[in-house]
Amino acid sequence: MAEAVHGAHAHHFDDAVQQREAATLGMWIFLVTEVMFFGGLFTAYVTYRALYPDAFAHASHHLDVVLGTFNTAVLITSSLTMALAVYAAQVGRRGRLVACLCLTALLGATFLVVKVFEYAEKFEHHLVPGPAFSWPETAEAPNVQLFYSLYFAMTGLHALHMVIGLGILTWLILGARRGRFGPAYATPVEVSGLYWHFVDIVWIFLFPLLYLIGRH
Amino acid sequence: MSTHVIAPRVYVGIFLALMVFTALTTWVAFIDLGPLNVVIMLVIAFLKASLVVLFFMHARYESQLTRVTIVAAVFWLFVLIVISASDVFMRARPEALPLGIGARSAVMGPG
Repeated sequence: MAEAVHGAHAHHFDDAVQQREAATLGMWIFLVTEVMFFGGLFTAYVTYRALYPDAFAHASHHLDVVLGTFNTAVLITSSLTMALAVYAAQVGRRGRLVACLCLTALLGATFLVVKVFEYAEKFEHHLVPGPAFSWPETAEAPNVQLFYSLYFAMTGLHALHMVIGLGILTWLILGARRGRFGPAYATPVEVSGLYWHFVDIVWIFLFPLLYLIGRH
Repeated sequence: MSTHVIAPRVYVGIFLALMVFTALTTWVAFIDLGPLNVVIMLVIAFLKASLVVLFFMHARYESQLTRVTIVAAVFWLFVLIVISASDVFMRARPEALPLGIGARSAVMGPG
C-alpha cells in the first residue's frame, strides 16, 4: 500500500517538490536545535578550559589519540557511505542502496565498539568522575574531574545520537530492501543522511577539543 | 524532481579532503606552536564541517530558506559561545585579557 504513494504528495502540499523541500527544511530546523543543544556543552567546555588550561591539557593526555583518530576516520568513512546511499536512492539502484546503508551501519557500530573499550579503560584507571576518581596530583584533581565530566557528557550524548542513528539506518535498510525508495521518493534517505552527517560534524569538533589539546 | 544529484566522485573527493584534514590536525597537534595550536585546530575543524555541510548535506544546492536556516544556527552558536566566554574571561581572570589590558590594570591596581 505504501508503494502506491511513491512520487505522489500529501494533500496539503502543492506538489512533490514542495513536499521534499518542507521535509528538508524541517530536518534542518531540528538540526538547528541540536546545534544549540550541543552548543551548551561546548560553551561549558570553553569556559572551564579557559579557567583551567593546564588541568585540561594534562587530563586530555590520558585519552587514547590513536583510537580517537581511528574513530574519526571511521566516522568520516561512514559519512561517505551515507552520501553514496543517498546517491543510490536518487538514481534508483536498490542493491547498492542497501549495501551502502549496511556499510554505514557497520561503521557506526565499529565506532561505538571502540568507544566501549575507551570507556572501559577509563573505569579501570579511575578516571570516571565520582567517588572512585583518583588523580596523582590532588591540587588539580577537581579540575581534571571537570574535564572528564565534560568528556563523558559530550561523547556520551554523541554516542546516544549514534545509537539513534543506527536505529534509523535499520529502518531505512528494511524499507530499502522492500524497494520503498527510488528517484521519485528518496526523501527519507536524504533527511536521515542529514542527521547522520550532523553527528559526524559534532565528532569533528569533539575529536580535537578532547583528544588533541596538550599533545605537544 | 528538482533534487540535485551529486556525482559519487564528488563525494569521494570530499571524503579524501576530510581524511587529509584529519591527518593534518592530528600531526599539527604534536608540534608546539603556542596559542596557534588551538587556532589551527579550530580552523581545520570549521573547514571540515563546512565541507560536510556544503556537499555531504547538499547545502550548496538547497533553497534560500534552508541556507538562511543553516547560517542562523552558526550565528546563534557563535553568539552563545562568544558572549558567554567574554563574560568568563573578563570576570574571573582579568590578567588573561588580550592586549595586556588586564595586566596593566593588575599592575596599576594597588598603586
